Amino acid sequence: MATMQSLEVMRSSASTAAPPSVADATPVAKLIDVSKCIGCKACQAACMEWNDLRDEVGYNVGVYDNPSDLTENSWTLMRFSEVEEPDGHLEWLIRKDGCMHCADPGCLKACPAPGAIVQYSNGIVDFVSDNCIGCGYCVKGCPFNIPRISKADHKAHKCTLCSDRVAVGQIPACAKACPTQAITFGTKEDRIEWAEARIADLKERGYDQAGLYDPPGVGGTHVMYVLKHADRPEIYANLPKDPKISGLVEAWKGWPKPVALAGIGLTALIGLVHYVRNGPNRVGEEDEEKGNRVLGQGE
Amino acid sequence: MKRQPGTLARYTAGARINHWLNAIILILLALSGLALFHPSLFFLTALFGGGTWAAFLHPWLGVALIVTFAGLFFRFWRYNIWERSDTEWMNKIRDVMAARDENLPEVGRYNAGQKLVFWLMTIAILCLFFSGIVLWQNPPWQANLTIGQMRLAAVVHASAAVIIICVWIVHLYAAIWVKGTVSAMTRGIVTGGWAWKHHRKWLREEAAKGPK
Repeated sequence: MATMQSLEVMRSSASTAAPPSVADATPVAKLIDVSKCIGCKACQAACMEWNDLRDEVGYNVGVYDNPSDLTENSWTLMRFSEVEEPDGHLEWLIRKDGCMHCADPGCLKACPAPGAIVQYSNGIVDFVSDNCIGCGYCVKGCPFNIPRISKADHKAHKCTLCSDRVAVGQIPACAKACPTQAITFGTKEDRIEWAEARIADLKERGYDQAGLYDPPGVGGTHVMYVLKHADRPEIYANLPKDPKISGLVEAWKGWPKPVALAGIGLTALIGLVHYVRNGPNRVGEEDEEKGNRVLGQGE
Repeated sequence: MKRQPGTLARYTAGARINHWLNAIILILLALSGLALFHPSLFFLTALFGGGTWAAFLHPWLGVALIVTFAGLFFRFWRYNIWERSDTEWMNKIRDVMAARDENLPEVGRYNAGQKLVFWLMTIAILCLFFSGIVLWQNPPWQANLTIGQMRLAAVVHASAAVIIICVWIVHLYAAIWVKGTVSAMTRGIVTGGWAWKHHRKWLREEAAKGPK
């Protein structure tokens, strides 16, 4: 992907200066209502079609997941979970996995290449391949294990939330293709309102733990789920309960970094001050005489 | 090497070449590593042909370093074993910094500061090597690593890198401050006076061996 001219960059990776920002775009969101999903994979096919992605034909690993994991060519994936409930009945849960477009993106925090990961003012987090150096730090930064490094171009890839479509007023390809309106797209405010109506409906039908997945640990996300069992997101193919940027990533990319640089600078400065105060440590003529006498004795 | 009047041999040509190869690789590693360490230093990637090249070369330079450093380690480790007098020397670090050599114990081939540099470099390079292997993007073993392990490796790698750069500054400064030192690594020789002032025990040992 390249940056979208008609979308304004709000945050840019490895950039200490703030990008120009005047437009106040409305945050957008994709809502995935898991309770409405029939597992048809039309979203996967639409994603391939729109983004011109063709993954390798793989192998059946014994479940419906196909391919078995996200790849650089499969930016979205239906994950099927068979969950046996305590009362004995079986829940067949299907979750469309892909980039969550965090408000506080771990990938962007970890990225060392200026402008390789950007966040538009509407909330979409996009990888700008032209600036990507293929280091794989985004993989370490992401709390959802989403980015994949391509073996073909050695760059990171993931769902763009169809930023190219959104930029021209279209909805993402997956939402367009979904036959049951399990995937919808609009302003985040509207999607939350829609989700609340759905949740009320689900609760009425006995799913009293139904709820919205918009995890606050990453500042909320621009891809949200309606879950029947929002109290146990982990049963949906290990959707993290309280995702946040790992403390290790914060330590790696946060305040210790400038402190470490200052420490390096200080070490060099101490050297400079020492030299200027004390001068060079020279060998005197007396030392040479004594040294040579010892050498002469040995000979 | 035949001893010239007033000088004695400190490093063989092999050791010097080994040292300078190691130095060049370490500096290239520091530059390409710092480029990815902080956004304000990303411009350093230009020295390597851009970010992609810096990210690609850095791990391979690391592999080269482990080879050159192994050479230095096996050449010098036995001279860097800590002795009781080293602790005494360390306790008198104020005298060291003020160049009051008369207050210090007689020093052998290496003083305590040099030994500390040697062991800190060794530990830091081992930490950097193993965490670097985990961080390296794309090699086949990556499939067996967890993201948690990679995150830990990133923190270890960055911390060890900062330590080794500081140790390197100390190493470099010592060579600049103590005049007569650099010739040991360029020509392989030092003067008798330099040895008398800074490594008297070593001077006596070398003198006792007689001319080679």
